[in-house]
Amino acid sequence: MNRDWSTLTPILLESIRETLYMVSLTLLVGGFLGLVLGVLLYATRKGNLLENAFVFAILNVAVNIVRPIPFIIFITAVGPLTLATIGTTIGNDAVIFAMSIMATFVTARIVEQNLVATDPGVIEAARAMGASRFRIILTVLIPEALAPLILGYTFLLIGIIDMSALAGYVGGGGLGDFAIVYGYQRFNWQVTFVTVLVIIVIVQLAQMLGNWLARKALHR
Amino acid sequence: MISFRDVTKVFGSGTGAVCAVDSVTLDIQRGEIFSVIGYSGAGKSTLVRLVNALETVTSGQVVVDGQDITALGESELRQVRAGIGMVFQQFNLMKSRTVASNVAYPLKVARWSKERRKERVAELLEFVGLADKARAYPSQLSGGQKQRVGIARALATQPAILLADEATSALDPDTTQDVLALLKRVNQELGVTIVVITHEMDVVRSIADRVAVMEAGRVIEHGPVYDVFAAPRERATQRFISTTLRDRPSPDALERLRHRHPGRMITVAVRENDGRGVDVTAALREHGVAGSIVFGGITEIDERPFGSLTIEVDGDQAAVDALIADLRRSTDVQDLGTREQPLGDDPLASAHVGAARDVGAGGGP
Ligand SMILES: Nc1ncnc2c1ncn2[C@@H]1O[C@H](COP(=O)(O)OP(=O)(O)OP(=O)(O)O)[C@@H](O)[C@H]1O
Ligand SMILES: [Mg+2]
Repeated sequence: MNRDWSTLTPILLESIRETLYMVSLTLLVGGFLGLVLGVLLYATRKGNLLENAFVFAILNVAVNIVRPIPFIIFITAVGPLTLATIGTTIGNDAVIFAMSIMATFVTARIVEQNLVATDPGVIEAARAMGASRFRIILTVLIPEALAPLILGYTFLLIGIIDMSALAGYVGGGGLGDFAIVYGYQRFNWQVTFVTVLVIIVIVQLAQMLGNWLARKALHR
Repeated sequence: MISFRDVTKVFGSGTGAVCAVDSVTLDIQRGEIFSVIGYSGAGKSTLVRLVNALETVTSGQVVVDGQDITALGESELRQVRAGIGMVFQQFNLMKSRTVASNVAYPLKVARWSKERRKERVAELLEFVGLADKARAYPSQLSGGQKQRVGIARALATQPAILLADEATSALDPDTTQDVLALLKRVNQELGVTIVVITHEMDVVRSIADRVAVMEAGRVIEHGPVYDVFAAPRERATQRFISTTLRDRPSPDALERLRHRHPGRMITVAVRENDGRGVDVTAALREHGVAGSIVFGGITEIDERPFGSLTIEVDGDQAAVDALIADLRRSTDVQDLGTREQPLGDDPLASAHVGAARDVGAGGGP
């Protein structure tokens, strides 16, 4: 058992590193694109800053179509696109690509839902001051919704960690792959247990960080 | 300063269309406090939002400071908006920013340099009495303080016009008076033209120079506040006035009065007539009639006395009739009759409509 862990530990550490890499890159790319898409989704809705029924309908339908697809299916469904963009459909980068697209659509909805709760009066006040719509989005809309947005992104982060566990299916690495290869396939329950523990710790830390940031952003 | 020329605003279309503002023509003078009063849904907010083009007209013209804003594009409109301050019922402060940062926001939009911004924010917070709250967040302020911040923010870029949409409706009576006093100062010290939207006649009475009464999208009556109070033509106006003055007994109160005072009662309007008041006691003495005041109230509107007294008069009928005739030469008198022979059961309507006629006929120069 001891000898087992002396060889497993470096692999585990490498898996943690890979997971953190995949997750943070996805969070960055998907989180940013999702923010843009989410703001557009919110702003083009009837009565809002960039009201545009056509754009809203397209975005809305796109989000509704993509979001419910199980990731394990989605990852193969976007295969051709992945191949065209990054040149391969296997490995961590392919997974990051697929995760980023999925995260974009998931984030879009999260962002939209949090923006809907912002006080339209504040936006009206900014309009009355002569601020441009773009400025209002950047300096009023997003800052005012920051606390719930941070919590939304925390939720997203945990969703991405969940998605990243499937990376092994397309030749990627990370904790999910580690648990399957060294735990499940070798009937080593201990490895599965340790992996679960590591994931729990990562999620907990992320949640705590998110809560802390959100509280700071609230100014109460 | 602000002219509405046959302005109409319709929301929606077809069967669901709502005509929020209906053929309004109105001129608001530079330097005055103009108030728009009306019940919920009358179209007050829509009217005022047309001034800074937060809404666009369906037809007609809105001219602000000589410029027809209905003809402008979005970027020119932003320019116009920056020259008009606005305060809101719900304050609409940014919760994520400090008081100072909220006040600085319009200055940033107007591209003031950082040093000038800092200076101006300090000056504004001093003006509204919140210099010590610069670093506080809106959630740490009371309603009255929030509205002061709202006013400071609205004044930041030194606008010539301030629009106040129900600025005091979320505040308690004391705080309301504080905020109204501040608005009055803004008008007098800074010369800002203020448009005050309200559904409270008290607000009109406290600060406005002129008032327009709105009902169902139309301006049904407008003029100097004193004149509108003294001679309201429309039923809605009379109702608003009765909510603030309460100087005339309501039908219920009149019932109770008659119960306590079986004799003849008259309601004498107390107004400024040609600069003089109404000397009721002198008139009573002169006609040998005894009188006891049973109801009434006198207040100040536009710094002039305004109100009425209801008096139970005791004397022989001829003397009382002569007294009434005499008083009617200088003011408006309503004869309420006696318990046995009551007159004027709807004192509110008859009194004020009577007032309109009397003032129109006898009060003019
Ligand atoms: N954006 C809008 N879309 C559709 N209808 C509207 C819109 N804004 C106002 N209305 C309608 O126009 C009418 C006038 O509304 P407005 O808000 O101007 O009234 P108000 O006098 O300010 O009332 P309140 O005292 O309740 O604020 C109402 O019937 C309202 O429902
Ligand atoms: Mg309103």
